[in-house]
Amino acid sequence: MAKSRAFDIRRQTGFVPIALACFVLLYLPIILLVIYSFNAGESIAIWEGFSLQWYVSAWQNDKVQDATILSLIIAASASVIATSAAVMAALATTRTRGFKGYTLVFAMINQPLMIPEIVTAVALLIFFAMIKVATGYTGLMYLIIAHSAFCIPFAYMPIRARLQGMDLNLEQAGADLYGTPWRVFRRVTLPQLWPGVLAGGMLAFVISLDDVVITEFVKSAGQDTLPTYMLGQMRRVITPEVNAISTALLAISVALVIAFYLLSKGGNQSTGRR
Amino acid sequence: MIEISGLTKTFGAGASAFLALDDINVEIRQNEFFTLLGPSGCGKTTLLRSIAGFVDPTSGSLTIEGQDVLALPPYARPVNTVFQNYALFPHMTVAENIGFGLEMQDRPKAEIKSVVDDMLELVQMTAMADRMTSQISGGQQQRVALARALAPKPKVLLLDEPLSALDFKLRKEMQIELKRLQSETGITFVFVTHDQEEALTMSDRIAVMSAGRILQIGGPKDIYDHPAERFVADFIGDTNFLDARIESVEGDTALLKLGSGNTIAARAVQGGATSGAVTLAVRPEHTTLTKDSALIDGVLENIVYFGTDTHYHVTLNGGGSFVVRKQNQPNIPEAFSIGEMVGVQFNAGVGQVLRD
Amino acid sequence: MAHKSETQATRRRWLLLSPAMFILLFAASGPLLIVVIYSFLTAGDYGGVVWSFSTDAWFNVVVERDFFDDTLSFSDAHLSIFWRSVKLSLMTTFVAFIVGFPTAYFIATRPKNSRDIWMLLIMIPFWTNLLIRTFAVMEIIRNEGVVNSVLVGLGIIDQPIQMLFTEFAITLGMFYVYLPLMVLPIYASMERFDFSLVEAAYDLYASRWRVLRRVIFPIVKPGVIAGSILVFVPSLGAYVTPRVLGGGKHLMLGNLIELQFGQGRNWPLGAALSITLLAIVMIALIFYVRSAGREEMSHG
Repeated sequence: MAKSRAFDIRRQTGFVPIALACFVLLYLPIILLVIYSFNAGESIAIWEGFSLQWYVSAWQNDKVQDATILSLIIAASASVIATSAAVMAALATTRTRGFKGYTLVFAMINQPLMIPEIVTAVALLIFFAMIKVATGYTGLMYLIIAHSAFCIPFAYMPIRARLQGMDLNLEQAGADLYGTPWRVFRRVTLPQLWPGVLAGGMLAFVISLDDVVITEFVKSAGQDTLPTYMLGQMRRVITPEVNAISTALLAISVALVIAFYLLSKGGNQSTGRR
Repeated sequence: MIEISGLTKTFGAGASAFLALDDINVEIRQNEFFTLLGPSGCGKTTLLRSIAGFVDPTSGSLTIEGQDVLALPPYARPVNTVFQNYALFPHMTVAENIGFGLEMQDRPKAEIKSVVDDMLELVQMTAMADRMTSQISGGQQQRVALARALAPKPKVLLLDEPLSALDFKLRKEMQIELKRLQSETGITFVFVTHDQEEALTMSDRIAVMSAGRILQIGGPKDIYDHPAERFVADFIGDTNFLDARIESVEGDTALLKLGSGNTIAARAVQGGATSGAVTLAVRPEHTTLTKDSALIDGVLENIVYFGTDTHYHVTLNGGGSFVVRKQNQPNIPEAFSIGEMVGVQFNAGVGQVLRD
Repeated sequence: MAHKSETQATRRRWLLLSPAMFILLFAASGPLLIVVIYSFLTAGDYGGVVWSFSTDAWFNVVVERDFFDDTLSFSDAHLSIFWRSVKLSLMTTFVAFIVGFPTAYFIATRPKNSRDIWMLLIMIPFWTNLLIRTFAVMEIIRNEGVVNSVLVGLGIIDQPIQMLFTEFAITLGMFYVYLPLMVLPIYASMERFDFSLVEAAYDLYASRWRVLRRVIFPIVKPGVIAGSILVFVPSLGAYVTPRVLGGGKHLMLGNLIELQFGQGRNWPLGAALSITLLAIVMIALIFYVRSAGREEMSHG
C-alpha cells in the first residue's frame, strides 16, 4: 500500500504531539496514584512490591468508615433532592416562550457554576453559623441542603437538554388522544425524560461526592466526608492509605461518568430518528 | 358538523402582533374530505390546531356537532390528529401507540386489544405490531400514525400535511389509501396541505387560504375552473391574466371588452364589479393558438416543449404576455415558429372574471 | 379565555420552580447578601462580628493600619496575594490554551465516531475528585516523587529540585485540574468548523500557519474566549490546589479569605475579600458575555 501523498489540509505542525502529550499528562499522575495504592511499603515514591494492605487498613480505619458513610448519605440525599428540584425547574423553563423573570431564574440556577466556590463556602459558613446559634441545630441538614444547592445546575443541564431534544408534538399527541395532563406526563414525558433524569442524578451524585471546599466550611465538628478527611490527612505524613481511598473514589466517579456518557449517547440515538 | 364562525387568532401583542387567523367562517360537513390549502404561513395549520385544541383563538366560535369545544382542553375534544412528523411515541411499540388513545379513555383491556387488531389490519401493519416505532420505515410510521388517530373513532380526523415527509411514489399510494380509509370509516377528514395537486385529487371540498383568511371554498373542479380571486387562480395551476372592461353582466355571465377591442363572454364573479376595469383569468390549456388574427393577437416569443404538451409564450400586441398550452400528438411537426405573428382564441364562458 | 390559561400557566411555572428556587435562595443566593452585610460590620475579638457599622474591612482589603502609630500604608501582604492570584491564574490560562487548543483541534479532526471517545477521555479526569487530582500532582513533583527520582536516577541532577510548595507547583496543579475546561468549549466550536474553508484558504495561496491564524483561529475564537474564562475564573478563586501544592507559603485569594475565618478571625475582612473576588469574577464573566455574544455557557 503506497502512502498517500495527498496534501492533508487538516495537519498543523506539532499539534498531534502536543495533543498526545496532553492525554499522557492528564492520565499519568492518576495512574501513578493508583499504582502506589498497591505498594507494599509505606512510601508513595519507592515501589516495594504488590500488596492490598493499604486497602485493608483504610477499610478498618474507623474514621474512614464514618467518613465514607457520611459521604454516601449526603451524596444520595443531595442528588435525590437536587434532581427532583431540577426536573421540576426544567419542566418550567424549557420549551416555553421567554417569561418574566426567566433571566433571573436562569442566573440563579447557574449561580453555583459561576460564583467561586470559596465565596459560596464563606457565605454558607456565615449564614449557617447564624442559624446554628439561633436554633442550636448542628445536624447533617446543613451539608445536605448546601450540597443540594450546588448540585442543582449539574442535574438541571442534562434534564433540560433532554427536554429540549424532545418532540413537543408527542405530548400534544398524548393530549389529542385523550390523555389528561398528568397522565400524559406519566406515560409520555417521564419515560422519555428518564435517561436525562438518571444522568442528572448521577452527575449530582459525583459532584456531591467530590466536594471539598463547601463541605470543609459548612461541616460541624465530627462531620468529615471522605474528601475533607483526606484534606486533613495531607497535612501529615502521607501513606499509601490515602492513595487507596483515592483509588476507590476514582473508581466510583469514573464508573458513574462512563455510565452517564453511555446513557446520554444512547438516549440521543433513540430520539434522533428523524 | 364543524361550524366555525368569526374565528380570529392573534399571536403576540402591540406592534409585533401577528394576525394568524382573520375572521374565519366555514362549515365542514359530515363525512366530508375537507382540505385547507395554502402556502406556508397562511394560517391553515393554525386553523387545524384550533380545532384540535392546541391553539386558543382570540375570538369567534367553534362547534362540533353543535357542542362548543373552545372551552374544552385537547384531551376532551372528539377529534384526533395525524401530526406532520407523526409524533409516534418512541418508547412504545406500534400496538401500544395505536392503543394509547383507548387506554387514556380507560376502555377495557379486551376492547383495546380488539380495536388495535382491527386497526392494524386496516392499515396493513399486523406483522409489525410489536416493533418499536423507530424500527419501521417512514411510510409505515405514517400508517401507524393514521391507525393511532383512527382507533378511538373520533368524529373528526385532523391531518397536518401528513404526506409531506414521504417520497413521491409513496405519497401517491397514501393519497389513494387515505381516500379509501375515509370512505371506509365514514369519519370527517380535515386535511391540511400546501400541495395543490394533492388537494385537487383527494378533496370533496377545498378552502383556499392566504394571510389568515379563507379566499374561496368549493369543490376541486369549481376551484380550478372558476377561481374567484387572483391569488387562488395563481396558486392553483397556471393562469393567464388579461385586463378587460365589463360591458354588461347578466346572471353569472359577463360580457367583456378585451384590450384588442374584441368582446367575449366570461363567467362573472359573485359580489364582483358590474362595470369598469377587471381582470380576466384564462387557463393556458383552455386556449388555442392560430396562424390568423383571433380574439387577441401577438408575437410568438418562445416555444417550450414539455413532453406531454407544448407551451407557447406570446407577447400580446397591447402589451403583456400570454401562455397557450397544446397537448402534443405524435408524428405532427411543429406548425409554429418563433417571431411569427399569431392569434390566441378561447371560447365564450371559459374565462373567469376575478374579484380584485 | 386566552388570558385565563396564561395566568394558569404562569402559576404552574412558578409552582414547579419553587423547590429549586427555595434551595438556591437558602443555600446559594441568599447567603451572598449576608456576606455583603458582614463586610460592613466590625470584627469580633474571637471570630464572628459585632453588629455595628464599619468600613474598616473594606479599607483593610488594600490598606494596613500600623499597630503602633495608626499610620496607613498599602498592605503589601494583601496586594502581593492579589497579584499572585491574578498572575498565576493568567499563567494557568495561557498554558492551558497552548496545550488545550492543539488538543481540541486534534480531537475535532479525528473521524466522527471516535471524537466522542477522545472527548470522554478529556472529561473523565474533570469529573473525578479535584482533591485527588491535586494530590496526584503532588505525589509526582515531591522531592521523592517520580520526576525527581527519574532525573536523579539518570544523573541529570544530583539533588532533587524543590518543585512542591512553589508557585510553579500551584500553576501546574491548576493547569492540570482545569485543562478540560479549556478543551471543551474550543472543541465545541471547532467541531462545527467547516474544513472546506481551509481548502479555500489553501487554494488562495495561504500557508499552514496563515490558515491557522487567519481562518481557523478567528472562527473558533468564541470557544477560545469561553475556555479562557472557564479556566481563569476557577483559578482565581482556587482554594484546594494552592493549599495542597503551595504548602501554606504561597497563598492565593481563596486561602487569604479562609484565613480570615480561621486564624485571622476577621470575618468582615473575609467577607470584603470574598466580595472583591466575586467582583473580579463578575467583570471577567461580563467580558465573556459581551465578547461571546449570547452563547450559553455549557459547563463551569
